[in-house]
Amino acid sequence: MRRIAMTLSWIALTALIVPPALFFLGRMELDAVKGWMLAATVLWFVATPLWMERR
Amino acid sequence: MKGKYATPPDEFERRPVPKSALLGLKSFVGQYVGEHVAGTELMIGPLFVAAGVSAFDVVFGLVAGNTMAVLSWIFLTAPIATRSRLTLYYHLERICGRNLVVIYNLANGIMFCFLAGSMVTVATTAVGVWFAIPMPALDDRYPTTAGWVLAGLGVGATISVVAALGYRTVARVANYAAPWMILVFLAFGLIGLRQMGMTSAGDFWETARTAIWKGGDPLPGQVKFTFWHVMFFAWFCNMAMHVGMADLSVFRYARKSWYAVASAAGMYVGHFMAWLCASVLYALQLGLNPADTKVLPGPLAYRACGIAGLVCVFVASWTTANPTIYRAGLAFQAIMPRVSRFKMTLATGMVATLAGLFPAIAMQLLGFVALYGMVLMPMGAVIFVDFWMARSLGFRPDYALASGTSFNWAAGLAWFVTLGGCVALVLNGNIQIYFVSLPGWFAAAVIYAVLSRLLQRRIVTRRAGT
Repeated sequence: MRRIAMTLSWIALTALIVPPALFFLGRMELDAVKGWMLAATVLWFVATPLWMERR
Repeated sequence: MKGKYATPPDEFERRPVPKSALLGLKSFVGQYVGEHVAGTELMIGPLFVAAGVSAFDVVFGLVAGNTMAVLSWIFLTAPIATRSRLTLYYHLERICGRNLVVIYNLANGIMFCFLAGSMVTVATTAVGVWFAIPMPALDDRYPTTAGWVLAGLGVGATISVVAALGYRTVARVANYAAPWMILVFLAFGLIGLRQMGMTSAGDFWETARTAIWKGGDPLPGQVKFTFWHVMFFAWFCNMAMHVGMADLSVFRYARKSWYAVASAAGMYVGHFMAWLCASVLYALQLGLNPADTKVLPGPLAYRACGIAGLVCVFVASWTTANPTIYRAGLAFQAIMPRVSRFKMTLATGMVATLAGLFPAIAMQLLGFVALYGMVLMPMGAVIFVDFWMARSLGFRPDYALASGTSFNWAAGLAWFVTLGGCVALVLNGNIQIYFVSLPGWFAAAVIYAVLSRLLQRRIVTRRAGT
């Protein structure tokens, strides 16, 4: 369970920063970036409490 | 700026930290990165642009100033912390006596209240976007609309109640949020740079020089910033923590004094990357509409990153205000120990909320942060001289502990005279507040050493005579 939650957190961080990087490179629209960042934010705050500080 | 600390179960408040409780380098890296990516960064970055700073001055000023801050932690704070392993407050009590520490607590608590107030202002700008509330301008000093006041009261009351009831819960949220928040700040920069027309990393310097930090006159009501302003601001914005020795309480847990190098992670992520990225958003706003000079983190973040940006503004300011209000409450509670921590934290939060309704503090945050360092800096000089030089200069260290006095006049006068001198110099226009603390530190050190020799000798002579 902990490993799954950690993996989801890493996916969330990736989904948070890759879209802005793609926007910077001109490969994604800003509205799509905002959507990805919101989804990544939700995923991060759901998954991270399940493993952080539980070591 | 300063933010969030995890609280260990036994805080060793009046005894040295034992070997079994010492921590490794990694703990300090995480702590400093988490602390220095805070809500205040969203104000400071834009205020640099408003201060008319140039690209060279801001980039190299931040490199130099942050390096000086890290060196201050390494060479001033940590060596004392890892030798004495005491909290700042107990260290001060041993030198200054209980009554002088009470005054120090009062000053510290008041400054914390205003700092938390600026965080309430920042969080309210995020709420203001959601509810379309008219928000204050850069030169506004007082609350501008009823909507702003109501939103500020709501935000402040929520933060205060949570700080009083559930400090540890918010501290946990702060830990969860730290890695996410760093990437959102980075996203602010990437998105802002692209919107300013930058298409490759190679264009950065040209964009920075011609579109972001263009130099020239500051906006009305702001002080013009040069390389030296940026350097001294970056060095002294956490002056209370390194030169002022507040982080004795942190590094007393470090196995080795060089672990203070961990502060570099906080400085170069929070006080370099985050400030520059926040600057980019404000420069973008000015580029779109030069007449729109409002420094409002909520709208800036929302334009770049949508709801995730707003959440970042709110979380960054909330998780910074929470421990700040809590610490201010503890400082005041030390003065009035009969009042419960809950009531004291709540009352402190209300004061911070009222302060936060006035945009003057947040809009003049650069000056306020410099003031914060200046007020507490002299006590750092007192601790430094007392720890390293007392015996060689011919007076007794930890004088209050040795003599039983509750007010060490040498330390008290070193503080008050230095502070009075610094304030007079600033008010008379002889020197700007950003620079006065450096000579102030040396003045406090000399005053404390001279007065300690004189006053301790007189007391010893009087005792010998009786």
